[in-house]
Amino acid sequence: MAATSAITPSSPALGQLTREQLLELYYYMRLTRSLEERLVALYRQTKVVGGLFRSLGQEACAVGGAYALRREDMLAPLIRNLGSMLVKGATPGEVLRQYMARGDSPTRGRELNIHFGDVVDRNFIGQISHLGDMVPVMAGVTLAFKLRREQRVGLVYVGDGATSTGAFHEGINFAAVQRCPLVVIVENNGYAYSTPTHRQCAAERLVDKAAGYGVAGATADGNDVLEVYRVVHDAVERARAGGGVSLVELMTYRRKGHAEHDNQSYVPPGEIERWAATNDPLDRYVAALTGTYGVDAAALEALDASVRDAIDRATDEVEAAPMPEPGDALRGVYAEPPSAPVLWYRAGHARAVDDNERARGWGTVDG
Amino acid sequence: MAEVTYLEAIRQALSEEMERDADVFCLGEDIGAYGGAFKATEGLRERFGPDRMIDTPVSEAGFVGAAAGAAHMGMRPVVEMQFIDFISCAYDMLTNYVATARYRAFLPCPMVVRGPAGGYVRGGPFHSQNPEAAFLHTPGLKVVYPATASDAKGLLKSAIRDDDCVLFFEHKYLYRRIKETLPDGDHVVPIGRARLAREGRDLSIVTYAATVWKALEAAEALEREDGLSVEVLDLRSLAPLDDEAIVATVKKTNRVLIVHEDTLTGGIAGEITARISEQAFEWLDAPVRRVAAHDVPLPYAPALEDFVLPQTSDIVRAARWVAEY
Ligand SMILES: Cc1ncc(C[n+]2csc(CCOP(=O)(O)OP(=O)(O)O)c2C)c(N)n1
Repeated sequence: MAATSAITPSSPALGQLTREQLLELYYYMRLTRSLEERLVALYRQTKVVGGLFRSLGQEACAVGGAYALRREDMLAPLIRNLGSMLVKGATPGEVLRQYMARGDSPTRGRELNIHFGDVVDRNFIGQISHLGDMVPVMAGVTLAFKLRREQRVGLVYVGDGATSTGAFHEGINFAAVQRCPLVVIVENNGYAYSTPTHRQCAAERLVDKAAGYGVAGATADGNDVLEVYRVVHDAVERARAGGGVSLVELMTYRRKGHAEHDNQSYVPPGEIERWAATNDPLDRYVAALTGTYGVDAAALEALDASVRDAIDRATDEVEAAPMPEPGDALRGVYAEPPSAPVLWYRAGHARAVDDNERARGWGTVDG
Repeated sequence: MAEVTYLEAIRQALSEEMERDADVFCLGEDIGAYGGAFKATEGLRERFGPDRMIDTPVSEAGFVGAAAGAAHMGMRPVVEMQFIDFISCAYDMLTNYVATARYRAFLPCPMVVRGPAGGYVRGGPFHSQNPEAAFLHTPGLKVVYPATASDAKGLLKSAIRDDDCVLFFEHKYLYRRIKETLPDGDHVVPIGRARLAREGRDLSIVTYAATVWKALEAAEALEREDGLSVEVLDLRSLAPLDDEAIVATVKKTNRVLIVHEDTLTGGIAGEITARISEQAFEWLDAPVRRVAAHDVPLPYAPALEDFVLPQTSDIVRAARWVAEY
């Protein structure tokens, strides 16, 4: 195999997407953007407990990439890939519950923002903060697919910053030698926190790393959702056909700071405005839909209205959702109860304290 | 002199040490133009240039290993972990390479690894950790964890001048909450010495970092409500531990409660308890007790975090038990 073989552009993709699918891509991008805008409003009202991470300007990478997966394929997103999770079936209510730390959030208030998954029904897996760690995990997920001869593929997103981690390198290398059905998307949005990509990596193009691992590589315009879909679809079907790992570099731009608190003082003047004006993935897609594909504006407006409605309803529901019960913090550390020793001085154990008894030792907290 | 925050004290220590010694330089993620995620290094790049304030790729094992190499060559690198939670990525470098370098190969490692640790800020499981215990078990590493602005400055200066690798934990809850007028001049606090944060006769609370402030709050409540005179010992330095100060306070009050934010099992309180029973058992009038976090990963939701981490009311309750035993 050639070191960096291009992914053969086998997907006639665009022509094959139905009008309904084209509109679905639009719907998910709009939903991503509007949901994050709602989160900003809630953040300003101090209803979001921790930080807020945006994917403004990167919606096409998340949505177009995940849209190339089949239902049974597994996705591992990163913090800017809310859109990919929505494609996989995550709901606005789940996202709002996570950010607002509700007791009925997917992680029951234990984890934050979009750090959640569903590997049972919807096939996406929750990330952790440590960058790069999901790459070896997805190497293992896809190894399992291979060993069980399942026709399933894995897709993992990383940022340009995350490509510098040891975990990224070790994971993709392992998947490569095992020829796992894995697609690694490097979302090159120009910055890792404040660090521009050229201070992160001396290679001119991150896709050039593909040669070093002996896997297929491809680059795409990350602000063109159909282009993202086509390239990732090719990589996914290549993996499904036994072709092994692909590394896809999507060129995009992070228009917001690392998180809401970051004022982006390190960004050269005019850069953000330039991307916003000429390269917004939603604007571009609207132009393509209404131009090339002859979709009328009313159809898009109807979708916008349904997005607004879904988010309004979810917000109302979540604002009324319960806070977690403190004691729930002790459950589920291990599969088997009793799981945790109860600290003797805590409220509820006051009698033992009053009676000068010794601690009772291991509690019987069920999982 | 004006009052400065814990965070500003750290910045002052870095800047004074870089001024004093041309071999001191800093490296870490976003520490240059951005000034660090918490702005601990703000302004230092303008002052000392990009060669001494190096922005690194996201590669903790890489830049900790590189710091060790530079330290072997006589430089004094100060590594910033964006959050101390990410030190786990450099665990191998620190415990296998750095910690053993002097002992097995006579290679000096005069370097500092510093970064924001600790919870009480709703940071969730990966931005709230207190991984000190993971390193305390490794001979060859020194570990300090200041609770005051003055100690943050003085200990960081000592850490930079130290000829061994020092892990310098900073509590992010204290960064902007603690303010103090710092001593003038070259203010240095020796590594390995505890600090008596409050004198008392009836009971000792041994603690460090953010829980020092909770212990002080508890001590006041106990004096007010129970008429108890509570001593608070701030360890400051976890490796080496100040056995002398610990034993002295036990001999004085005969009752001791150890408080830390880290989880209970395998936390440093267990080690301190053992040392007390080895060195001061006859002076004890009550069992040594521990207040610590529940043995679970730190959850995000306020109600859960509050429940898992030790609170002032927990310390008060436990102190009463020890006092009444
Ligand atoms: C191992 C590790 N080190 C440091 C961090 C702190 N951190 C969080 S996000 C980030 C930058 C991420 O940049 P990139 O991978 O390019 O993703 P982007 O935010 O640009 O989408 C850093 C350094 C981390 N999460 N994990």
